[in-house]
Amino acid sequence: MYNEENCRFLKTHEWAFVEGENAVVGISNHAQEEISDIVFVDLPKVGRTVKVGENCCVIESVKSASEIYAPVSGEIVAVNEALNGDPALVNREPHAGGWLFKIKMADPNEVNALLDLAAYKATIGK
Amino acid sequence: MTHELKKTALCAACEKAGGKMVDFHGWLLPVQFDSIIAEHKAVREAAGMFDVSHMGQLRIVGKEALHLLQYVSCNIIKSEPAAGTYFHILTEQGTIIDDAIAFCLSTEEFLVVVNAACVDEDFAWFEKQAQAFDVKVTNESAQWGMIALQGPSAVGIADKIIPGVIDLPRFHIQEIELFGVKGYVTRTGYTGEDGVEIMLPNAQIEALWNALLKLGVKPCGLGARDVLRLEAGYLLNGADANQTKTPYEANCGWVVKLTKENFIGKAALEAKKAAGFKTKLKAFKLKTPGVPREGCKVFYQGVEAGTLTSGTFSPLFKGIAVGYVASEIAVGAEVEIEIHGRKVPAEVVKTPFYKNRV
Repeated sequence: MYNEENCRFLKTHEWAFVEGENAVVGISNHAQEEISDIVFVDLPKVGRTVKVGENCCVIESVKSASEIYAPVSGEIVAVNEALNGDPALVNREPHAGGWLFKIKMADPNEVNALLDLAAYKATIGK
Repeated sequence: MTHELKKTALCAACEKAGGKMVDFHGWLLPVQFDSIIAEHKAVREAAGMFDVSHMGQLRIVGKEALHLLQYVSCNIIKSEPAAGTYFHILTEQGTIIDDAIAFCLSTEEFLVVVNAACVDEDFAWFEKQAQAFDVKVTNESAQWGMIALQGPSAVGIADKIIPGVIDLPRFHIQEIELFGVKGYVTRTGYTGEDGVEIMLPNAQIEALWNALLKLGVKPCGLGARDVLRLEAGYLLNGADANQTKTPYEANCGWVVKLTKENFIGKAALEAKKAAGFKTKLKAFKLKTPGVPREGCKVFYQGVEAGTLTSGTFSPLFKGIAVGYVASEIAVGAEVEIEIHGRKVPAEVVKTPFYKNRV
């Protein structure tokens, strides 16, 4: 759905997929493997304004909490409610049903500053 | 990393089995293999095994071995051969240095199993106290490998390797011979399930690991171990207990036997008990989703009331935790736990969370 070839990445493993004026945000397959056993996602509130790089969501696994940073600036316009009942969707489908939230982009150009798949893979040594 | 991590004799076997290795009190140990949740499930429903070779073994031998132990322990140490006793090692102030199990091998010989992070301190403490007794204390921690085999089918599996172990009573020890060497098996654990812990010399422990793998036992890491022990209501020394807390405050008053003639910390405990305790270790269960962790603040009636010392996500009970809060906050009380700036409602509950089948 949000195939990784069509996503842009932060070094901190978040991806952004441009869908019209919104950016859909999730975490990479590598990140979900590292976090493993996701048991709770503390999603941001719809309507919140975030700046690029802002900590706006927490993913909890059994062993640790991981902060999620906004890859672009804008307003949170949707969150993935399905994660409230099934947080492990992020493990199973990090680039599909396990998306986290959508940001209505304040400046669509910010996406261009993110890493493409090859550059992201280089940062994780793959 | 500024120091070389210590490796157990099972380190390579754990890595080979896919263990994600982490620094645990200076030891390189697996935090998990494939999944903490799957490992937890294996132990609650079948059998799992843990490398606990980092734990310490002190041998106490001599005419006054029992006397030394009774003096160092706040609990009454059982002196029937093969019996084990859970106890706390206390300071003169009655606060907790470590929790341990003493196994009686004979009237003049005991094996004491202690926490990895406390081996040096415990050994020094025993040696210091031993000067007044006709006894010799030896630290054998470096020579023993140890596997905790835990779960409802654990003892049945152990019986295939150690015939007869199925008849070993809970909290007892038996000397064994396996792979041509002498070792010990104890019917103990840190998971709330039935199980055994097997000690063999370092050179033979991997053979046991491999034999258990062949019998279908799932390798489990520290992550699952922490969830299992918290569900079972066991203390994690260094987190839930330390040298600022007495056993009474740590919800372990049953371990203290003030009827005993004398032991280190007795006078202090009597005085402190008479004065009462401002805070006690209480257990909490979240009422809405979230994962409480060590260090989270607890609020009672809107006021900060204490801090969590352990917390996790339990596959059985969701968000669970323990922490020190005002003694008067009773079971059933509503509190809030602050997680990432968000106050999550929780209830004070009885321990253990998990009522075991043992």
